[in-house]
Amino acid sequence: MDLDLLKTPGPTITALTAPFWEAAAEGRLVVQQCQACDRAVFYPRPICPHCWSDRLVWKEASGRGRLKSFSIVHKPGHPGWLPVTPYCVGLVELEEGVTMLSFILDGATGETVVGDTVQLTPTRIGERILPAFRIAKP
Amino acid sequence: MTTALSKGAIAGIGELKPVRRTEGVTTLELIAEVSRRAVADAGMEPAQIDGLLVGPQVGETPQHVPATVAEYLGLKPTMANVVDLGGASGAGMVWRAAAAIEAGMCDTVLCVLANTRDDIPPRSPNRNPIREFDVPFGASGANISYALLMQAHMAAHGTTARDFAAIAAWARANAQANPDAIFYGKPATIDEVLASPIVASPLHLYEIVMPVAGGEAVIVTSARRTRGSKHPPVHLLGAGEKVTHRAVSQAPSLTSGPLRDAMARAMRQSSTEASQMNLLSFYDCYTIMVAATIEDAGLCGPGDFGRWIRDHDLGPGGDFPLNTHGGQLGFGQPDLAGGMTHVVEAVRQLRGEAGARQISDARLALVTGNGATMSEATALVLGAD
Repeated sequence: MDLDLLKTPGPTITALTAPFWEAAAEGRLVVQQCQACDRAVFYPRPICPHCWSDRLVWKEASGRGRLKSFSIVHKPGHPGWLPVTPYCVGLVELEEGVTMLSFILDGATGETVVGDTVQLTPTRIGERILPAFRIAKP
Repeated sequence: MTTALSKGAIAGIGELKPVRRTEGVTTLELIAEVSRRAVADAGMEPAQIDGLLVGPQVGETPQHVPATVAEYLGLKPTMANVVDLGGASGAGMVWRAAAAIEAGMCDTVLCVLANTRDDIPPRSPNRNPIREFDVPFGASGANISYALLMQAHMAAHGTTARDFAAIAAWARANAQANPDAIFYGKPATIDEVLASPIVASPLHLYEIVMPVAGGEAVIVTSARRTRGSKHPPVHLLGAGEKVTHRAVSQAPSLTSGPLRDAMARAMRQSSTEASQMNLLSFYDCYTIMVAATIEDAGLCGPGDFGRWIRDHDLGPGGDFPLNTHGGQLGFGQPDLAGGMTHVVEAVRQLRGEAGARQISDARLALVTGNGATMSEATALVLGAD
């Protein structure tokens, strides 16, 4: 089954997190940046978890990252994912220094290794375009 | 162990034999039964209980849990609270009970956790970061999170699937000496663990706890109040706790967890070292959790748990008995009460009442609790009287 036909749970968006998901819908990845301590922040918050400043601004991420870990899922935690098993999820450490969990498009091949470079590849999953990633082999 | 070093005493324990399914019973009914057993074991009267620690009850009593349980049991505690640390809740209750007694808030605390298991488990709708930023990408539930920890350990240290499988095989082996364990009569070799289905790579089915219904309770009081009691008290000698994150993506490390600091504090408070322990009662929701705890306790270096296990005998007659009740991997995981099984088994061993699986001259036990994805950590050092 194609990913866009899945009946999977979408995000529970709030006013605070809406800019992240609006950017995702346009195929972009944005993360917060703290203007006080200059560190990137993910997931979105009203204050910086490092210095508690509220001077957070949205910043376009490079879309490049490194796979810190991954799992090829045979038995998903939500039945909506069953039609696409086995599939791959991974922990992506973005160049900006924050880590997000994401869907790794071609990660279930058996060739994926921790440390692989990954590239943002916006993908319609269920009813939404999500910031998924693809393995960027050299 | 002199009572001078005691920060509090466990005077009674209660446990329900785990079952796969329940029908038509409530969590409160199970709490009542296991609490009655613990109070009877302590040789006390219910009226002596003036402190109450309980866990969250998803789908049954979302708020006012202490008042609901107190009313149900006919208690009027002068200290009551919820401990919400996932699998660390049980161990977390023990030191909180002792601290509340020390603070003069109460004298004797009932710490109780129980769960039912109907065909349709209750689900609560979540609205939090893990629901918003992990679930939409295909990562729901603990299996995937712990699989990510395993994969990271393999990548960092060259750990093999066989190294992890040995932990599950030991749990099943130790469960053969516990007739109450869900896997009693069902041992599993390393090869059988590796032959079980992959749930989320590199995690095999037999490396995951079996969810069961059950209940566990302990009675904590001051060492002074245990004089003349029918069982020897077991003393709390040290405790440590640390909470670092909730979602696996936010973990400060994927290969070492907050138990490292929690265990260090518990051992510092009790002037003990991991190598002195007669029992390692380590929280084991997944094999990786035991692996990380062995390393974080300092029993071996980072990445060396596989060799450490091959070099040691983890049975009750071995040089490093680990989870003699079978652990949760062998006993079953009665939800939040699963963490308390590690406390209850340590009490049995330190009393010398563990029967066929008794460790000879058990004096010290290191007990750990772990919640979420290696996120919530509590460690206890318990000592015999």
